Amino acid sequence: MLKRIAASAVLVLAALPLRAEIAIEEVTSPGGIAVWLVEEHALPFVALEIRLRGGANLDEPGARGAANAAMWLMNEGAGDMDARAFAERAEELAAHFSFRAGDDALSISAMMLSENMDEAADLLAVALTEPRFDADAIERMREDVLQSIARDRMSPGAIAAQTLYSMVWPDHPYGSDSKGTVESMSALTRDDIVTAWENTVTRADVYVGAVGDIDAETLGGLIDRILGGLPAAGPPGPPRVEYTLAGGTTIVDFPTPQSVAFFAQRGIAIDDPRYFAASILNTVLGDGMESRLMQELREKRGLTYGIGTALAPRDLSALMIGSFASSNATMAEAVGLVQEEWERIAREGITEEELEFARTWMTGEYPLRFDGNGAIARILVGMQMIGLPADYVTHRNDYVNAVTLEQANRVAGELYDPEGLHFVVVGQPEGL
Amino acid sequence: MLRLMTMVLALLPVLAQAQVVTDAVLDNGMEVVVIEDHRAPAVYHSVWYRTGAADEPPGASGAAHLLEHLMFKATGTLAPGELSATVAANGGSDNAATSSDYTFYYQRIAADRLELVMRMEADRMRNLRLTPAEIETERQVVIEERNQRVENNPGALANEQGMAAQYLNHPYGAPVIGWMHEIEQLGYPDVQAFYDLYYSPNNAVLIVAGDVDPDEVLELARIHYGPIAPAPDLPARIRPEEPPQRAARHLVYSDPRVAQARLWRTYLAPQRISGDQRDAAALLYLAQLLGGSPFTSVLARDLSFDSRIASETSASYWGTSLDATTFRVALTPADGISLDQAEAALDASLVRILEEGVDEARFERLKVQLRASEIYAQDNAAGLAQRYGAALASGLTVADVQDWPRVLQEVTEEDVMRMARAVLVPEHSVTVHLVPEEE
Repeated sequence: MLKRIAASAVLVLAALPLRAEIAIEEVTSPGGIAVWLVEEHALPFVALEIRLRGGANLDEPGARGAANAAMWLMNEGAGDMDARAFAERAEELAAHFSFRAGDDALSISAMMLSENMDEAADLLAVALTEPRFDADAIERMREDVLQSIARDRMSPGAIAAQTLYSMVWPDHPYGSDSKGTVESMSALTRDDIVTAWENTVTRADVYVGAVGDIDAETLGGLIDRILGGLPAAGPPGPPRVEYTLAGGTTIVDFPTPQSVAFFAQRGIAIDDPRYFAASILNTVLGDGMESRLMQELREKRGLTYGIGTALAPRDLSALMIGSFASSNATMAEAVGLVQEEWERIAREGITEEELEFARTWMTGEYPLRFDGNGAIARILVGMQMIGLPADYVTHRNDYVNAVTLEQANRVAGELYDPEGLHFVVVGQPEGL
Repeated sequence: MLRLMTMVLALLPVLAQAQVVTDAVLDNGMEVVVIEDHRAPAVYHSVWYRTGAADEPPGASGAAHLLEHLMFKATGTLAPGELSATVAANGGSDNAATSSDYTFYYQRIAADRLELVMRMEADRMRNLRLTPAEIETERQVVIEERNQRVENNPGALANEQGMAAQYLNHPYGAPVIGWMHEIEQLGYPDVQAFYDLYYSPNNAVLIVAGDVDPDEVLELARIHYGPIAPAPDLPARIRPEEPPQRAARHLVYSDPRVAQARLWRTYLAPQRISGDQRDAAALLYLAQLLGGSPFTSVLARDLSFDSRIASETSASYWGTSLDATTFRVALTPADGISLDQAEAALDASLVRILEEGVDEARFERLKVQLRASEIYAQDNAAGLAQRYGAALASGLTVADVQDWPRVLQEVTEEDVMRMARAVLVPEHSVTVHLVPEEE
C-alpha cells in the first residue's frame, strides 16, 4: 500500500515545477560589483552573503593562520571604535556579522534589519576597511586560537582529519590547518595580520548573494557602501595540486575507547561533466540512512552511530572523503566492510533501483534547500563561485534526471579506486 | 538610541502577520498546532510526545532514547527502515530526538507530501512491532552513539557528573542517552513498557509548519491521528522533587585527554511557568547580561577585558523545562591562571553584579536585540515549530509561546536583580573543574 503511494508520489514530484517563486535578479551595483538578489519582503530584514576568493590559501610562508587571525579580529574594533564600542554599535543596530577564513575564500555573513540597513552597512564597511588590530585584541585572538589548536590535538576526529589532509597535500596550504600551528601562531605579528588582511580583503574576486526586504537599486547602493572601499586587486593564490596519496591504512595511537576513522581517495572536480553521476553514486554509497555503508555498518551490524561519505571538491584539488567512529574492538571489521563496499561499487556499479532512489531523493531534496533568507543567500553565492548561471536552479534537477544507469556505472568504474583508498584511524583499534 | 527602539517597536505588527498559528485539539486529546509559512513549498511535520528520559523507571536510563531509535523499525504495515526510506524517496529528510521531557519525530518534505508522512507517523504511534534481534543491534548503535558523544569527550563526561550532583533527587540527574551500564542491560520489556504507556494521542502534540492550509492539516490529522484511541491511564507528569539544596558542591574531573582546563557552574533555577513566565524571562536577561556577548557582558568585561583571567566566558539559561532547570556560567582560564584563581574572580564578578545592579544602557540594547531576534527567528519555519513543540511538551501553552516576546519586553532591571539574588545562591550550585590531571 505504502510502496504504491510512494511510487506514484515520485512521478508527481518529477513533474512539479521547481520553486517558481525563486526569482533571481542579477544586479550590478553603480560601482560595478555583481550581486544576485532574491527579493523577499515577508520579513523586515536582509541576509547578505559575501565571498572573497583567496582565503587562507593566501597565507604567506611562515605565517600560517594569518588569514584566520585577521577574520577573528574583524569583530574586534574598527575606525574610532575599540572592540567593545564596535560590539555596542552592532547591538544597537541588532545587526549580526560573522567573518570566517575558509581555505579557498573568506566568508562574510550579515543579517541586517530593514529599518537600519544603511547604518549596519556602514558598520560592516568600517570593519572591513578600517580594522584596528589592537594589541590587546591580538593577544586575545592568539590565546583563543592556541587553545583551540590544543583542543584539536586531543580530539580524535580533528587528529584524524588533519593527519589525512597532511598526507594528501604535504606541500600545499590545504595540507595544514588554516588556524595555523603552535609555532606559527606563537610567532605571528601584527604586520603578518595586516598583510593577510591586505591580501585577502579585496574585491578582486568577490561574490555576493542577497535575500530579503530590499530592491535592486537599494541593494546596489548598499553593496557599494560595504565593498566599494576595498582594494581592487590581490595577490595570486597557490597552484592547483594533484591527489597522489596511495591507498593504505595509517594508525595514530590515541588512548580512547572508540576509534575515529577518516578515509579518502582521489576526487572529481565540480566542473567535471561526470559530477552529477558521481553525486548519484555517492548518494547510493554513503550519503544518508539509506546508503549502502549506513545499512551495512549501522543498520545490519550496529558497528557505528553513523557513517557518511562526500564528494569534496575544492578550488585547487578534489577528493572523496568519509568518516565514522567505532569501538576499538570493532573498528577493523568496520574498515573491512568499507573496503568491500568500495570494491563492490567500483566493480558492479549500482542497480537501476538505486539509481532511481538517488534521483528522486536528490531532486526532491533540492527545492527544500531554499529554506530561509540566509540559506538562499548562501546558495546564490555558492552558485556564482562555481560559475553556474542564475537559471541553473530551474534546470538542475533535469541534469540529475538525465544521468543513465550506463553512465553512472561507467563513472563508478572510473572513479572508485579501492586500491587508492586510504584510512587514517585514531584510537587503539584491535587487529588493524 | 531611543529613536532606534521606536523604529524596532514599529515592526511588531508585521511580526504578528508573518506568523499565523492555528491551535486545535482532536477528540482523542491530541493537540494540533499549525504554523503557516508560505515562502517555500515545504512542510515540517512533527509529533512531540510528552515523555522523555526523566520519565524512565529507576535503573532503565536510556530507555526513552533507545525507543526513539527503535521507532524507525517495523510496524504492522511498515518494514524496518521503510518510513525513512519512503521519506527519502520523496526527497524529504527525517529524524527524531529525545530530551529529558519530550521525544519528537519529524519529517521535512515537499508540502504536497504531508499526508504521506502523516499516515506513517500515525501508524507508528500504535503499531510498532519490536523484535529482540532489532533491539540487540540498535542497542549496539546506541552504545556507539554514547561512545561518540560522551565516552570520547571528557567535557561531556564531566558534564554528566555535574548534572548528577546538581539533582539530588530529580531524574534530570541521569543523562538522556543513559548510563552505559544501564544501556547495556536495556531489553524488550523496558522499551515496550515505555511505548505502551506513553505513546498515545492524548500524550502527543502535532506541530506542522510550512506551506499548508490549517483547515486541510486539521482534516488530515482527524483522518490519520483521529482514529487512534487515547490511553486511559496516562500517568500525571509528577517526578520526584528536589529537597532543599544546602551544600555547594565542587567536583574535579580529571582526564588525560583534556587539552584545556575549564570550569563551569550550574545553579538550580526555576523554569518557565505557564501563565507566569516573568521570572524565567528575567533569567534569560541575566544570562545575556552576564555572558551573552564576548565583548559587552559582565563576565567578559571583568574577566577578559579589565583583567586577563579568562580567555572565554559565557552564561546560559534554557527555561523550557517541565521541572526546575539550571542557570550556567562557564569560563576558560587565560594562560597562567589556575582554575582556583579563575573561580575566585568569577565569584567576585557575580558579587559585583549583585551589588551594583545592571548597566542600564546594556539592558536597553538587550531589549532591542531580543525584539530583533524575534524577526530573525521567523526566517526558520522548522525552528519555530521546535519552539512550539518543546514548549507544549514542557507544560506550556500556545498562548505562553506567543506571550513570550511580550513578557521579555516587560522585564525590568528590578526583575533581573530579584532573580539574580534568588538564583545565584552557592548552596544551590555545582562547580565543575575540568582538568588534564589532578591539580
